[in-house]
Amino acid sequence: MKQLQRWLLCLAIACALAPAANAQKLIHSERSLYREVLVYEDGPVRCMCFTRNCRIGRQTCMNMQAPNRFVMNYTKMMMASLFMNPRPRSILIIGLGGGTLPRALSQVLPGATIDVVEIDPAVVKVAERFFAFHTSDKVRVETADGRVFVKRAQREQRQYDLVMLDAFDHEYIPEHLLTREFLEEVSSLLSPQGVLAANTFSSSRLYDHESTTYAAVFGTFYNLKRDNRVILAGKGGLPSKQQIAANAAGLERAFAPFDIDVSNYVAMFSTRPDWDPQARILTDQYSPANLLNLRE
Amino acid sequence: MPILLPYLIAGWSGFFVMSVELLGGRLLAPTFGSSIYVWGAIITIFMLALSLGYLAGGRWSTRAPSVRKLGAILAVAAVSVIPTLLFGVVLLDAVAAQVPDPRFGSLLGSTILFFVPTFFSGMISPYAVRLLVEERATSGRHAGQLYFVSTFGSAAGTLLTSFYLVLYFEVNQILGGLLAISIALGLVAWLGGGKR
Repeated sequence: MKQLQRWLLCLAIACALAPAANAQKLIHSERSLYREVLVYEDGPVRCMCFTRNCRIGRQTCMNMQAPNRFVMNYTKMMMASLFMNPRPRSILIIGLGGGTLPRALSQVLPGATIDVVEIDPAVVKVAERFFAFHTSDKVRVETADGRVFVKRAQREQRQYDLVMLDAFDHEYIPEHLLTREFLEEVSSLLSPQGVLAANTFSSSRLYDHESTTYAAVFGTFYNLKRDNRVILAGKGGLPSKQQIAANAAGLERAFAPFDIDVSNYVAMFSTRPDWDPQARILTDQYSPANLLNLRE
Repeated sequence: MPILLPYLIAGWSGFFVMSVELLGGRLLAPTFGSSIYVWGAIITIFMLALSLGYLAGGRWSTRAPSVRKLGAILAVAAVSVIPTLLFGVVLLDAVAAQVPDPRFGSLLGSTILFFVPTFFSGMISPYAVRLLVEERATSGRHAGQLYFVSTFGSAAGTLLTSFYLVLYFEVNQILGGLLAISIALGLVAWLGGGKR
């Protein structure tokens, strides 16, 4: 009897695991300095992950039957940064992933120059081979740490109309990219009407600290929240909600191929502070972002 | 007390080295990033400085060794962290301007900031062995106990710094605290170990 019970239990576990194991197929694994970069396919959807079976989140996904359509919600929220300033001519993206954002941006804004900084050369390789990312004379990619790149750009007095920060994930936040000093450096790269769009993962106590840190550098910012959080900050103050809606309407057709319904995203723009204003600001001297992210 | 002091100093020195090493990563990140080679550069310099410190500490232990001098080594190691406390950022940015490659920049930066304190910290253990060993028969036991204390201190320094200290204090506050404890211990050794 005992034996049978055990056998049934094994069967039940096998059944529970089987569909998950079958649905997701590993199609490539790229060794890197930092981690293994894995590519999984689940039907038409191809994803880049840093953990086996994408257990801790997917970095990026692409629908191979409709490569233009955004699979992940946060990339749509990031694109909403164009509602703040619809025609940036120079763009900096920190963190490549599968290259979804530079690909879409170069389609919407064919005249814009796009600099991408990615720390991991293996990610660049995988993005090019499996996610249709291509460099060109307008789209350049550099392998470097985001902070090192920003400091150098600052020395060279470069200016960007839009900076996208997309270097965080569920399991690890590069702490030196979430400090007041770093945001001040980024701010100094922004042109007078420049916009910073940051994709962050904080849902924990870090949320409060991140908020006060951004507020200390940029003042009021637009906060877009769903599963992720996207912060949209402006160097020269924020455009009004009416202006946002007007800019969004102008982009409606350009965004349609990506499956972005602009009105959904306009509705998410909020400046309401929903954090503890007393939370300690993160600095180069005090930056325990990952420890704070563990706390409820 | 006199026999406890070398152990205490060796254990604390282990704590000090690992805490400074972890904070070193924090200090270098804004300038050189937190790529794997930045950590590689820091660990290389710490290991190199420790290895040379062992050599120097062993040599120096042959010349009229005393607990007082052991305390002095500890204090010197601590005091040599002061430039990092005061000019760390300026020094690192100056290095980055001269050596833009973050691999060699971080190697040079961590040499400038951390070589001296780690070198003196490395002197502690062999020097303490000389103070503890009375005869050949027990020399291995003392050396073993010393390794235990010093490496246990390193483990404690690593854990406390990375799990807790950085959550409550600024990097410079932690460095200041480490410095104060080292100097206090050095002073105790200087006063308590006077008669050899």
